[in-house]
Amino acid sequence: MGKEDFETTPNDLEQGLEKRKYSVGEILRERGVSRRDFLKFCSAVTAAMALPASFAPRVAEALDEVKRPPLVWMEFQDCAGDTEALLRAANPTVGEIVLDILSVDYHETIMAAAGHQAEAALEKTVNDYKGKYLCVVEGSIPMKDGGIYGCVGGKSHLDRARQVCGNAAATVAVGTCASYGGIAAAVPNPTGAVGVKEAVPGATVINLPGCPVNADNLTATIVHYLVFGKIPALDGHGRPLFAYGKRIHDNCERRPHFDAGQYVEHWGDDGHRRGFCLYKVGCKGPATFHNCPTQRYNEKTSWPVGAGHPCAGCSEPAFWDTMGPMYKRLPNVPGFGIEHTADKIGIGVAAGAAAAFAVHGVLNAVRKDKEPSDETREG
Amino acid sequence: MARIVVDPITRIEGHLRIEAEVNGGMITDAWSSSTMFRGIEKILKGRDPRDAWFWTQRFCGVCTTVHSIASIRAVEDALKIKIPPNAQLIRNIIIGIQNVQDHVIHFYHLHALDWVDVTSALKADPAATSKLAASISDWPNNSATYFKGVQDKLTSFVASGRLGPFANAYWGHPAYKLPPEANLMATAHYLEALEWQKDVIKIHAILGSKNPHPQTFLVGGMAIPIDPDSQNALNADKLMEIKRLLKKAQDFVEKVYIPDLLAVASFYKDWAAIGGGVGNYLSYGDFPDANGNLWFPAGAILNKDISKVIPLDQKKVAEYVDHSWFENSSGPGKGLHPWDGETEPAYSGPKPPYEHLDTDKKYSWVKAPRYDEKAMEVGPLARVLVAYCSGQKEAKAAVDMVLGKLGVGPAALFSTLGRTGARGIDCLLVARQTPVWLNELIGNIAKGDYRIHANEKWDPADWPAEANGYGWHEAPRGALGHWIKIKDQKILNYQAVVPSTWNASPRDAKGQRGPYEAALVGTPVADPNKPLEILRTIHSFDPCLACAVHVVDATGNEVVKVTVS
Repeated sequence: MGKEDFETTPNDLEQGLEKRKYSVGEILRERGVSRRDFLKFCSAVTAAMALPASFAPRVAEALDEVKRPPLVWMEFQDCAGDTEALLRAANPTVGEIVLDILSVDYHETIMAAAGHQAEAALEKTVNDYKGKYLCVVEGSIPMKDGGIYGCVGGKSHLDRARQVCGNAAATVAVGTCASYGGIAAAVPNPTGAVGVKEAVPGATVINLPGCPVNADNLTATIVHYLVFGKIPALDGHGRPLFAYGKRIHDNCERRPHFDAGQYVEHWGDDGHRRGFCLYKVGCKGPATFHNCPTQRYNEKTSWPVGAGHPCAGCSEPAFWDTMGPMYKRLPNVPGFGIEHTADKIGIGVAAGAAAAFAVHGVLNAVRKDKEPSDETREG
Repeated sequence: MARIVVDPITRIEGHLRIEAEVNGGMITDAWSSSTMFRGIEKILKGRDPRDAWFWTQRFCGVCTTVHSIASIRAVEDALKIKIPPNAQLIRNIIIGIQNVQDHVIHFYHLHALDWVDVTSALKADPAATSKLAASISDWPNNSATYFKGVQDKLTSFVASGRLGPFANAYWGHPAYKLPPEANLMATAHYLEALEWQKDVIKIHAILGSKNPHPQTFLVGGMAIPIDPDSQNALNADKLMEIKRLLKKAQDFVEKVYIPDLLAVASFYKDWAAIGGGVGNYLSYGDFPDANGNLWFPAGAILNKDISKVIPLDQKKVAEYVDHSWFENSSGPGKGLHPWDGETEPAYSGPKPPYEHLDTDKKYSWVKAPRYDEKAMEVGPLARVLVAYCSGQKEAKAAVDMVLGKLGVGPAALFSTLGRTGARGIDCLLVARQTPVWLNELIGNIAKGDYRIHANEKWDPADWPAEANGYGWHEAPRGALGHWIKIKDQKILNYQAVVPSTWNASPRDAKGQRGPYEAALVGTPVADPNKPLEILRTIHSFDPCLACAVHVVDATGNEVVKVTVS
């Protein structure tokens, strides 16, 4: 097969689509993924979405009907950490995501094309699938000085974000930078960095903060969208409740030690070796909403507190400024499980995070269960 | 003459743009520009030095450990902290598997498609592919049925008409030389490597809690406790899992990566004479033992003279901003040592959207670091060369093995192919050595040494009022240095001079080209609309920033748009 046969033209694409309207399930089977493995995958994502196991067949059924939807992955002021997280995904693997489940039409870190050809691929998807493609954004968007602090192909990140996120069915902001500006937005925010929702207010945005995002949460969000045809229920910070509905502290495997007043005092001491609570060495778990304790990382191998280091609070907006210094303990977290006062923590070091509690759990009524529509997008 | 712009250069980390002048099918001049700035060094001022590693780790999510390592070393140097042997060994294992995993990902997922034409794999004979694979390695996945399965998957993917990330590439370019069977074998290993990388990096999750961005680094040691009698610490169970994963890593490198590298390289020996670059090489050395002796030696090689390795002096590092969008209080033409370094953005480039940059003036967000006023190439090639010329025995044996198999002399190393080959050698060396450090760690634990942290200087109250330090590390992409000034327990100044700053550097005050720029000069370009050759040379450095390469005509009036055919 020569290059002419291989390169996609608009006609090829349309004909290809006409010829083969494969569902994700069918494609997986064609790729040699057994029905059993497919169902296993469906169970895993169902669990990640915090849905009851009885939903798994429904997920499988729905995925069977979904055709490989186009997805573009934009990198702005990023470190590619979220891309690397994607490479570590296991349920499904990145190979399955890229080859079988989605049509990843643009991703600078993995795509074969470069330069103008790469940009042409992006343009094509944005034009041909206007309002229908999914967008993933990694990295913050610099707003200062006309966007000069970030350009690709001579275009500013802001212009690209307006065009690509503005025309997407939904945009998933992966990582804390794309969600809220992240590290680049830390004081004094030299480049005026913000998250996607602030840069493109009209876009439909789902925030998946974390530094980096947990790939399982990304997969689950995409599958949720494919299966239910709408974005998951979000909290006041735009985060899916299925992944950010509970405090780390409340799900933490070391919580009994907190309640018992057993703390790590020095690195490598007896308490550290025995898995005691890390609160005194700076753990921000009591002020952080994320499913790290249950979902963990790298195929559930571990997570920061599990390994012996305090939680840094990386999924909270502005955590870089509100949660530091990293090894300073949160003020006013009472010991011995006096639950109601635990919610008062954050006054002081974690002032921003404390503000988060006030709105957390109150669903954004506008967003809840709302299907993306033209009104919610910027044209 | 034409000026080529490729923007973005993909399959790298970050945002990089290259403009190149092409004359008679050959690049005569080139400019490297990074088009993204975050200003993290500015953000660090006034913060707790013990937190710096967590911030600087976010410089890069690909080489996701390296800035943490350089940062904690800088602070430990400033505060004169000696870490316990176990912490050193755990760091070595973390650094080691980072190197191995990163190099394999680079070879298969970032670089291979410059040499491997995936479309040609569709025409391969699976039985002949099996024969080819068996002739170079005893890797078990080498049956005709296996390769047929991969080919079928590929065929059905292509038939779907939706090529996703494989669309619009330079497929069918005349510079692709591999036979279909080699293309199919490499494509199969592209997919295998994708699976492999997520497994072996679980070592970071075990020792570092997660990957990317492991989170158990500490100034003074590590936060992963050791206790064979606890389920919440590094115990026998976890150590054996690390051992298993290190074996898996080494097997893949020895039986897949290196044989593939040699097989592919044998078809592209002409690239051993292309892409040489500045000819100066810098390695900071790494993998200290308990006494601080480095397994990879430090040093510099100048003007490709491999007869001597020059000892390093950190005071000779300086950064220039004459062609970078920054201002230094030192004024034009003068470099600043990183302790006195500044990061004051002063953008003077074109207003976006733009067609090309004014390369006679300032044209990049990357500064121009120089060692003793010389542009230096850093990375696996520099590391391997310095080790080879220092007589490090493992490096000597591996380099001679590779050169011997390809039938070329050491001069072949100064090239695009040499850079790609040296990365494989580096990976092989580290894959073989990391299990040695694990065994040392196990030996220490067996003797009852559970220490992971030097606690005595953890409290900032015990620090001097002022302290300066620097931390060096050989990251997968090369020499990385962090410089810190601490005052009143806070960061007074912080500067990182990273591998891609060295390699992607623009010109300096004297007009000396940076390594990418110098390496591109003399690179052939068969078709300015499909500058595959630029990608080969640029990717051979494994850039860690987002790139763009453009082609513009001689007058600079017209950018040749590379369009979809």
